Amino acid sequence: MTPGDLSTLLVWAAATAFTIALFADAANLAAIADAAARPRQTARGTTAADAGARAPAMAATASSHPGPSLAPARSVAVPPSSWHTATAIAGRPAPARGIARSTLRLGVLLLLAGIVLRGIAAGRWPTANMYEFTLVGVLVATTVLAVVQRRRVIAFVGVVVTAIAVLALVLALNVFFVRADAVPPALQSYWLVIHVGVAISATGVFTVAFGTSVLQLLAAARAENRSHLAVPWARADGLRRTVAGWRVTGPRFAWLRQVPDALHLEALSFRLNAVGFVLWTFTLIAGSIWAEHAWGRYWNWDPKEVGTFVAWVVYAAYLHARTTRGWSGRRAAYLVFAGYAAVLANFTVINLFVSGLHSYSGLK
Amino acid sequence: MSYRPEGLDDAFTPAGAAAAPAIGVVGWLRWAWRQLTSMRVALLLLVLLAVAAVPGTVFPQRGQDAAKVTGYIAEHGAVGIWLDRLGFFDVYTSAWFSAIYLLLFVSLVGCILPRSRQHWSAVRARPPRTPRRFTRFPAQATSSSSDEPEALVRRAAAVLARGRRYRVDVHDEGAGVWSASAERGYLRDSGNLVFHLALVGLLVAVATGQLLHYRAQVIVVAGTGFANAQTSFDTFERGRAFDPARLEPFTLRLDDFESRFDPVTLAARDFTARVTLTEPGAGPSVRIIKVNDPLNVGGTQIYLMGNGYAPHVTVRDASGVVALSGPVPFLPQDRVYTSRGVVKVPDVSGGQPQIGLVGYLLPTAAQTPAGSWISIYPQPTAPLLVLSVWSGDLGLDTGVPQNVYRLDESGLTQAVDSSGAPVTLVVRPGQTVTLPNGLGTLTFDGITRFAAFDLRRDPALGWLLGFALAALGGLAASLFVPRRRVWLRAAPLIGDRAGGPVAVVTAAGLARGDDVGLAPELGRILAAVLGHPVPITGRTSADHDARKESP
Repeated sequence: MTPGDLSTLLVWAAATAFTIALFADAANLAAIADAAARPRQTARGTTAADAGARAPAMAATASSHPGPSLAPARSVAVPPSSWHTATAIAGRPAPARGIARSTLRLGVLLLLAGIVLRGIAAGRWPTANMYEFTLVGVLVATTVLAVVQRRRVIAFVGVVVTAIAVLALVLALNVFFVRADAVPPALQSYWLVIHVGVAISATGVFTVAFGTSVLQLLAAARAENRSHLAVPWARADGLRRTVAGWRVTGPRFAWLRQVPDALHLEALSFRLNAVGFVLWTFTLIAGSIWAEHAWGRYWNWDPKEVGTFVAWVVYAAYLHARTTRGWSGRRAAYLVFAGYAAVLANFTVINLFVSGLHSYSGLK
Repeated sequence: MSYRPEGLDDAFTPAGAAAAPAIGVVGWLRWAWRQLTSMRVALLLLVLLAVAAVPGTVFPQRGQDAAKVTGYIAEHGAVGIWLDRLGFFDVYTSAWFSAIYLLLFVSLVGCILPRSRQHWSAVRARPPRTPRRFTRFPAQATSSSSDEPEALVRRAAAVLARGRRYRVDVHDEGAGVWSASAERGYLRDSGNLVFHLALVGLLVAVATGQLLHYRAQVIVVAGTGFANAQTSFDTFERGRAFDPARLEPFTLRLDDFESRFDPVTLAARDFTARVTLTEPGAGPSVRIIKVNDPLNVGGTQIYLMGNGYAPHVTVRDASGVVALSGPVPFLPQDRVYTSRGVVKVPDVSGGQPQIGLVGYLLPTAAQTPAGSWISIYPQPTAPLLVLSVWSGDLGLDTGVPQNVYRLDESGLTQAVDSSGAPVTLVVRPGQTVTLPNGLGTLTFDGITRFAAFDLRRDPALGWLLGFALAALGGLAASLFVPRRRVWLRAAPLIGDRAGGPVAVVTAAGLARGDDVGLAPELGRILAAVLGHPVPITGRTSADHDARKESP
C-alpha cells in the first residue's frame, strides 16, 4: 500500500469517526431535549439549571481562571436533593457526550495522519487542490471545535460542525479527489504554505463561527418565544402545519435551555469571526504578494480574488453592524450567514464552474 | 462636544440627541454629510460593494478576456449589447462600481478624520474622573480593607500603572475619600484609525501605480535577445504619467529554455529560462527566470509568462530565391503543446504572389485511425508541421497594424488540389516540400524554444505593501487590544475600628466593544490590591442590549 492509498484510507476513517461524533452529539442533544420535555420530571431540575445558568453569567470571582467566563457549569448546578432529576438531565447525555468528544479527537488525529501522508505521497505541502484544501479545512474546523468543546460542550455546535465536516470529507473523497502528485510551476512557491494555509484556517474558523451564529438565532428566538412556525402562512399554511413540530419554541428545541444565552453565543461568534477576519485579510494580502510574484499583477479581478474580496467586505460589514445601533444581534448574524455563504461559494462555485487564474482543482 | 458618527454604538460616549439640522442649503448639506458619514450608510455601502462585485465573476470581463466578451455579446444579441452598455463587462471600472467605492471612501474619510482628531486628544488626555456612582457599569465590586483609603488607592494606582499599563490618576475627593481612575488600550482605537487610513493609502497607492507603471510583453526565441525599449516589445502599455526615458537600459538574451513534464499526466513540472543580462557599465551576467521567480533589474520585474516552440522554416519562392528563413513562434493551445502559428512570406521576388502558411506545430505527432494528426506529448520528440497554403496579398502594405499570429484572408486564396479540397502540407524536420501552384518550396529546418516574458515596473509597489501591512496590523490591534476604564474608590468606614476594616472599597470597569475579559480583569486587579478574591457583579450585557435594541 502506497502512502497515497493509506492517506485516503485514513481520511475515510476520519470521516467515519466524525460520523460517530455527529450521531453522538445528536443523541446527546436528543437526550437533553427529551429530559427537558418531560415537564413533571424537569420542573425542579430546570429551575436549578436555569438558576445555575443565570447567576454566574457575568460573575467571575477573582480567583477564577483568566479565560472566558462563558462556562457556567450547569450540570453541577443541580442541588443534591434532586439527584434523580440531575441524572435525567446530566446523567443520560454523559455517555453520548463522552463518545462525541473522544471520536471527535480520534477523527482529528486520523485526519492529521491522512494529511501528513498525503503530503509525503505528493512530495510537497498538501494544500494544492480542492481535495487537500477540504481535508485541511475540515482539520482546522474540527480542531477549533475540539478546543471550544474542551471548555464548554455545546452539543448543537458539535452537530453543525461535525455534519459539515462529514459532508465536506465525503464530497472531497468522491468528487474532489485527485491523485497525490507534484504541482505545476505556478504553485511551486512557499506562498502555497502561507497563503493557502491561512485561507484554509480562516475557512475553518468561519465554519465554527457560523455554527455558533445559527445557535445564537435559535436561542434568541426561543428566549423571546418567537417562531415563524407559530403564525399562519396564508396559503402555504398546510405546509407550515406539517413542519410546525419543528418550531423553535416547541419541545423539540427544549435542549436550547441548556446552551448559553444568545448574547454569549453572539460574543463567541464575534470572537471567532474577528480571528477569521484577520486571517482572511492576511489571505488577501498574501495572495496579492504571490500574484505579484507569479503573474506580475497583484490584483487582477480574477473570479477567486473577487470572491475573496466579496467575503471580506461582507465580514467587514458584519464587524460594522455589530457597533451600529439597531444592527447588532440578529441582523449581524444574518451578515455572518452571508459571509459564510460567500466563503463557501468562493471555494466551490468559483473553483468548479468559473474558469480563472485560480483553476487548480485538478478536476475537469 | 466630541465627534462621533451617526449611529455608532459605543460604550464610552453617552448617547446624546442629534442636533436638528438648521434650515437652508447649508443645513441640508450638513445633514447629507452626516448621513453619508453615518454608520448605517457605511454599512449599506459595504453591502452594496459586495453585491456589485459579484457580476464580475458571472459575466466575462474585458480586463481578463476581451475575446470572451466579444463572443458573449455575439451570442446573446440585444441582451449582450445592453449588458455592455450598463458596464457588466467592465464591472470594476464601471460608473456604478466606482461610485460605490468612492462614496465608501468619502464616507470613511469623513468619519475617520474627525475621529482621528478626537483620538489624538484622547491619547493625550487624562483618564476620566471617577464617576459618583458605579451602578451603571458592566463590572462592579464592593469590598472592604483594613488599610487607610489613601494608601489603598495609591497601591491600586501602582498596580494599575505598573502591572497592567493603565494610565492612572489619583483623586482626593475630600472627607477622607480617595479614588483612582485608570484607562488603557489606546492602541485599540489607534489600530482602528490606522486600519482605515491605510485603506485610503492603499487606494492612493494603487492609483499612483496606475499612473506611473508600464507593462510590456515580448516573445524571445532561444538564442536571440531584446533591448528594454518600447520598439522591442510585442505589446506595451503605460500609465499616463510614465516617462519612457525611465526604461532601464539593459538587454536580455534567452540562452536556453528547459521544461519538464510529468510523463504520465503530462502536467507541467518545471520551466526554467536561462538568460544573459547586460546592463550598461557591467559585463554580461547569466541569470535564471522561473515562474514564481521573476528577475528584478533595477526595479523592472521580468516574469516568465509562457513558452512554446518556434519552428525554423526556409521558404524559397518560385524563382528559387530565399524569401524567408528563420524561427517563427507558434503559440501553444493545450497541455500537449498543439501550437498554432502563421508563416507570412511577403518578400517574394517581383511579380509573384505573397505566401501565407497557417496551421499547427505538433511537438510529438501521432496519426489517429481517422488519418488526422495530433500531438500526444508536450516535448518535441517527433515534431511535425501541418500547414495550409494561401497566396495573394497578405495586406501588410496597407499600414494597418496586423496580428502576427493571424492571417488576414481577405486578399488571399487558399490552395486546393485537383478535387477542390484544400492542400495540407505535412512536414518533418529536415524535409523540403514543394508548395502547390508553383509557389516555391518550404523547408522545415528544425525547432527552437521560445519564452514569453512580461516586463513590468510599478514604483508604488513598496507603498502598497506598506499600507497593506499597516492595515493588517491596525486591524489586529483594533480587534484584539482591549480598551478598558477602571475606577476604584476607597471611603473611610465610620464606626468601630478596633482591628476591623477601615475602608469601604468600590470598583467598576467599562470596556469599549465586547470584552469578556473585563470582569476577570477587575477581579485580578482587586485581588492584587486587597490580597483576597472579590466577587464581581454588574449590569449584565443583556440589559445593555435591551437598551440598544429599543431606539
